[in-house]
Amino acid sequence: MSALPEQTALSASDFKSDYRPVWCPGCGHYSVLSSLTKALAELAVRREDIAVISGIGCSSRIPAYTNLYGFHSVHGRALAVATGLKVARPDLLVIVAGGDGDGYSIGGNHFIHACRRNVDMTYIVMDNQVYGMTKGQASPTTPADWDKSKLTPHGTGVSPFHPLAVALAAGANFIARCFAGDPNGTARVITEAVRHPGFSMVQVLSPCVTYQPEQREWKNTVRKADIVTTSEADLAARWLMADDGLSTGVMYKGHRPVYRPELEETASVADLEKWFAV
Amino acid sequence: MSAETVSIAITGAGGAGVMTAAQMVLNAAARTGLYGLMARSTGPQIRGGEAAAFIRLGAKPVNCLDNRFDVMVSLDWLNVERFAAEIPLDAASLIVCDADAGPPPSRIVASGAQFVTLPLQQTVKSLPGGRLNMLGLGVLAAILGVPDDAITVVVEKALRKRGQAVLDAGLAGVTAGRSLVEGLDVGRFHLQGASTAARTDRWSVSGNEMAGLGAVRGGIRFVAAYPITPATEILEWLAPNLEKVGGVLVQAEDELASINMIIGASFGGTPSLTATSGPGLALMMEAIGLSVASETPIVVVNVMRGGPSTGIPTKSEQSDLNIALYGLHGDAPHIVTAANSISDCLFTTQWSVHLAEQLQAPVITLTDQSLGQSRAVIDRPADISFFSKRETFAAAAATPYQRYAITGSGVSAMAIPGTPGGEYVADGLEHSVTGRPSSGAEDHGEQLAKRARKLEDLDYGQYWAEIEGEGPLAVVTWGSCAGPVREAAELARAAGMDLRVISLRLLAPAQTDRLEQALAGVERLLVVEQSHSRQFYRYLRAFYDLPGEIRVFSRPGPLPIRSSEVLQHIQSWS
Repeated sequence: MSALPEQTALSASDFKSDYRPVWCPGCGHYSVLSSLTKALAELAVRREDIAVISGIGCSSRIPAYTNLYGFHSVHGRALAVATGLKVARPDLLVIVAGGDGDGYSIGGNHFIHACRRNVDMTYIVMDNQVYGMTKGQASPTTPADWDKSKLTPHGTGVSPFHPLAVALAAGANFIARCFAGDPNGTARVITEAVRHPGFSMVQVLSPCVTYQPEQREWKNTVRKADIVTTSEADLAARWLMADDGLSTGVMYKGHRPVYRPELEETASVADLEKWFAV
Repeated sequence: MSAETVSIAITGAGGAGVMTAAQMVLNAAARTGLYGLMARSTGPQIRGGEAAAFIRLGAKPVNCLDNRFDVMVSLDWLNVERFAAEIPLDAASLIVCDADAGPPPSRIVASGAQFVTLPLQQTVKSLPGGRLNMLGLGVLAAILGVPDDAITVVVEKALRKRGQAVLDAGLAGVTAGRSLVEGLDVGRFHLQGASTAARTDRWSVSGNEMAGLGAVRGGIRFVAAYPITPATEILEWLAPNLEKVGGVLVQAEDELASINMIIGASFGGTPSLTATSGPGLALMMEAIGLSVASETPIVVVNVMRGGPSTGIPTKSEQSDLNIALYGLHGDAPHIVTAANSISDCLFTTQWSVHLAEQLQAPVITLTDQSLGQSRAVIDRPADISFFSKRETFAAAAATPYQRYAITGSGVSAMAIPGTPGGEYVADGLEHSVTGRPSSGAEDHGEQLAKRARKLEDLDYGQYWAEIEGEGPLAVVTWGSCAGPVREAAELARAAGMDLRVISLRLLAPAQTDRLEQALAGVERLLVVEQSHSRQFYRYLRAFYDLPGEIRVFSRPGPLPIRSSEVLQHIQSWS
């Protein structure tokens, strides 16, 4: 994050709109919304200089629950919209938010290339291992034997996607996992992610109590990671591949080059036209 | 050969430098004061396939290829049969070929053209660093009577950066080529140019370059790009030039990304564009609907090629009209424009940027391979400035900001991130005036009507079509077909007929009243287009009350619509 005009004395609630979320009672996303607004209050950036970009899904409704500039775009394309915005307007703080289906399935190609491109933005994925808005289908992070969906009555039979390992391999510059049950910890990580240059990937385990009620157990099984943040990609990779996906913490903070084209005018349109003269 | 123009085809294996030599001939002729057109016909192979360049030179601006060729220079016979249909020859044509290339294809022989065999390969082998295409350039220069100094300047401009040795070898090749033609009777192919002075009032351009320039002139400062034939040259022209004027081009991972990137950049206040062709446009459709619903201005230049599916990527067709008009789901009013000449790619793209920004809506601008990848020598286009721009929200207004307020024009002020008090969420969900998601009938009805009205109520002025001539017979056409139609009309008028030509530039929203007025008194109406299912004719029938008797001349690509065919349709109808 580059230096933006600061605005002090805004609290987390100053970043929330008065819309009532569409989320179910007990949904983890309420907590993520609070963590995001807490982080923004901590970052002390002017409201008008922040944009929250999302795709489609339960969690992608989040821009409307802030009172910031936002774009609720189409399914899977949030990262592309955000990339265009940030490259054209490097002065803005750009947050991208969405779910596991939006980000890893229909948006999987953009996820890989957003990591690779390493534009300075923070991507918060509220991962509940299910498509909630379409009433409970398996997502790329759903366990292979989960047979609660009418669409995959015998389970998906497909190994779950490993978002953080993919992000690391693809080139993301900051990799962390949080838990919606720890809103203060999540807020701290989001703050750190925004401050770190380049593409920051923050996976938040955010329970879907409606379609994945077993995720209520996460409050007992999710734990803080027993590692120190590393800038060594090979160490982070080994750790991520050995982990069961329930450890939280900042696993990787790299020094990968950030994509930030210069926007400087050095010629006029008339200068360009001279080239066409015969 | 027609009295005023001369047409040449240069053929050879792909990668042999046919296009380079042809472009040099065109530019050298331009330096002598001639106008010209150069079209290209290539296969999908990068090297070793077939390649043909078609050039037509004239003392007046050249609208289209001729109906026949005066000269064909064949560097080899390897793949010529694949595009022999594109090279009409006759007994008055001259064919120059290599003495060692073996017998010419029977189809070429059957034309009755005069053959001249020259020791092309043998001469190249005797030249250190010799290249067949530079020898061919010398042959052509001599046949066309292009003076030495004009050729030399062009060769120097093109080859200097590759070192003195390459330049010397190139010039030596040209000289050797010239001497091979000595003694041949080629005076009938010489056109008189006006001067050999460098001219800044004439440009040598491709349609794709002109679309790129139109974008920059219109104020585009963000482009997302995914390569696709035959649109890539727009993006390749923009990449180095956009950054000089303070803009940026990002190469995207696919067309889904490029269209959404430009929506994001435009949301941030930067006029934004992408360019693609049929398959890419198909992928972009969902997000173009997002641009409609969120009222985020964007421009998509679609350079049409043969379809459906991968189709014929390197050849021209006007068969993306339907998807451009009707490809969006939902009731999604948007603007569709079409360039009707190579130089018009500049105007139409610039105008399209202006319309997108003014109306906060997507514009699909249609060109095609034959406009995009052909080069023309044209008069320097006029500077056109459009004064209106995006209506934005200024901070500190007295009343609370409503992004999608219902206004008289249908256009509402757009807040740009960074503006305090304008914070809103752009949304593809139907929404209320504030942008809040809404599935209510009233909001849906209001917003649908607003988005339709802003497009329908705008006065598009004189730019909606190019109209010329008077008379009871009208030819209605669009896009690249306008070139041969204009030439046919000119010939018909020279033969004493009165007719009018109407080439539509604004296809959506349909300009019903304007076209009806333009067609007043018409008794016979000929529709000319390049598609198999007569897409343009069906569009006209859907949106306009067409007067009189109607005929349609429609044919799919890849063969171009020729002026002689249009003329035949006109003349046989009496």
